Amino acid sequence: MNELAAAVPWLGKRNPAAARWLILILAIAAPLIAWQFGRSWVRILDFALLYMMLALGLNLVVGFAGLLDLGYIAFYAVGAYTFAFLASPHFEVHLPFWLVLPLGAAFAALAGIMLGFPVLRLRGDYLAIVTLGFGEIVRIFMLNLNYPVNITNGPQGIGMIDPIVLFGWDLSQNLQITERFAINSLFLYYYAFLACVAGSILFIRRLQISRVGRAWAAMREDELAAKAIGINTRNLKLLAFALGATFGGVAGCLFGAFQGFVSPESFSLMESIAVLTMVVFGGMGNIAGAVIGAFVLALLPEILRHIAVPLQQAVFGHVLLDPEVLRMLLLSLAMILMMLLRPTGLIPARARYAHPENLHRSSQP
Amino acid sequence: MKTLLEARGIGKRFGGLQALADVSLTIREGEVYGLIGPNGAGKTTFFNVLTGAYTPDGGGFAFDGGELPTGKPHRVVARGIARTFQNIRLFRELTALENVMAGHHIRTRAGIWGILIQNRHTREEERETTERAYELLRYVGIERFADTVSRHLSYGDQRRLEIARALATEPRLLALDEPAAGMNATETGRLKALIEQIRGDGVTVLLIEHDVKLVMGLCDRVAVLDFGRKIAEDVPAVVQRDEAVIKAYLGGGKHAH
Ligand SMILES: Nc1ncnc2c1ncn2[C@@H]1O[C@H](COP(=O)(O)OP(=O)(O)OP(=O)(O)O)[C@@H](O)[C@H]1O
Ligand SMILES: [Mg+2]
Repeated sequence: MNELAAAVPWLGKRNPAAARWLILILAIAAPLIAWQFGRSWVRILDFALLYMMLALGLNLVVGFAGLLDLGYIAFYAVGAYTFAFLASPHFEVHLPFWLVLPLGAAFAALAGIMLGFPVLRLRGDYLAIVTLGFGEIVRIFMLNLNYPVNITNGPQGIGMIDPIVLFGWDLSQNLQITERFAINSLFLYYYAFLACVAGSILFIRRLQISRVGRAWAAMREDELAAKAIGINTRNLKLLAFALGATFGGVAGCLFGAFQGFVSPESFSLMESIAVLTMVVFGGMGNIAGAVIGAFVLALLPEILRHIAVPLQQAVFGHVLLDPEVLRMLLLSLAMILMMLLRPTGLIPARARYAHPENLHRSSQP
Repeated sequence: MKTLLEARGIGKRFGGLQALADVSLTIREGEVYGLIGPNGAGKTTFFNVLTGAYTPDGGGFAFDGGELPTGKPHRVVARGIARTFQNIRLFRELTALENVMAGHHIRTRAGIWGILIQNRHTREEERETTERAYELLRYVGIERFADTVSRHLSYGDQRRLEIARALATEPRLLALDEPAAGMNATETGRLKALIEQIRGDGVTVLLIEHDVKLVMGLCDRVAVLDFGRKIAEDVPAVVQRDEAVIKAYLGGGKHAH
């Protein structure tokens, strides 16, 4: 939150308290503003929050621990499919949300450890290639595990997934306040996701300024020196993979419940790359960077889509460039511009690894 | 005096090169023990084998009355051996303070759950780690640079920081690999005082050094390596006059400073 506040232009440096309030108000008011442009924009905001969770989780692996992961979306898939298996007519199982969510997180963490073990000794390019392969393997499993026994329903995916129900309160139903006034379900999901993102930020921030966060930073900076001060790099790598995957798994569960439908299509390599781009774009290794990177790069393509499609129709009479192509074009463009103009990311704040309360005031930064 | 570390018949080969051959030596508790020898004699390799970075082909170490695990750096550190590197290896993007705090990792216990809920133990431990890191920075004389990113420190201060980080692991044996390399006379003098202070505080020191004056002035005993073999081991005054040692330094054509 402090990092995020400091990232607010102009105000962030002068009045951090005001900047914090501004962020809070914006976060709460965002769907109301988006509603003015149509309900699809609130939906886009909901997805932006899911991307934030993904970016936060991936940032933990790539930014904190320094382990390049190109198959991160696989954990999102594990979470989403866990939810689909355990709360849909597919297997005729309808477990409650508060039970499936931890299960999804746990399965994703397990998948993270499964990926972690074989890549313990790998670094850089090799690590990138193996993780990329892992992501594809998971997707191909989802695609093909419909025969001989139908587990995943193959390319058709699984539909009619149960919505999020908390204490008997169904988030997919509009909340009727008075007879004439109801809160749209999209808002309910927005605030639920917002709470998850806030919780994630809090947890990750606490991790960063702990002995674990410092050990990850040490490992990232110099693995040999990290070992020489007694850091068990094997366990810490596995922990990074497992924890990073947990966030992916939770986001996946939310995604499955929110969308009501999952299919392998949603978990392609391109999605992994998109999330990685958000992390790098925002500024690797810092929390505010992941949040803002995800927000900007989840929203921009949608804005572009709303402008480009009608524009193309008006000019050419039909759509030349598919919006999905435009999105990839935009992400690549963002990366190239970033590398040229601001290689350390949009918010290149140096991450801190000590609790500010414990620091001595006398020593100047 | 009590024996702290005993190396027995350590051997290490790199392809056709015998970097260490049957090296045995004993380091007593509370002494400063020098390890010298011409370039490429195998001194750094000895450190790497001792601290678990490499596994020896033969032999083993006894430390503080027990066998030392080989090839497991974190367990060696846990047992109480810390090292510095010949080419400084700090966590470059971290501040001086954070470097030292990272060094305290192995002596702390907080788990994921404790960190998540920030329970009392975690907060207490975190505070202690920070306080201890400040103390150690003061100890080596660079407390004013606590918040400086370590790669911005001067060369001499980086060496001191590396020592502070090693001390943060609370070692009983501190192994320093050429700590005076690249230092001028004043800096070397201050380093000598620091090492003496460390010894005075009950930490045994194993010192690789080319600076003959520093070695002679500081070490209680010295071992000399040449082509991976120990050719002498005694008090500095005797080693200095040893025929084989003189021949090794002259014959190699590479003088110590
Ligand atoms: N990882 C390695 N792989 C191959 N050869 C190595 C390796 N490490 C060291 N050597 C070789 O082993 C021999 C001993 O090297 P070592 O670094 O231990 O010497 P040293 O006594 O520390 O020398 P210096 O005073 O120059 O630091 C050298 O010939 C070196 O080239
Ligand atoms: Mg050496």
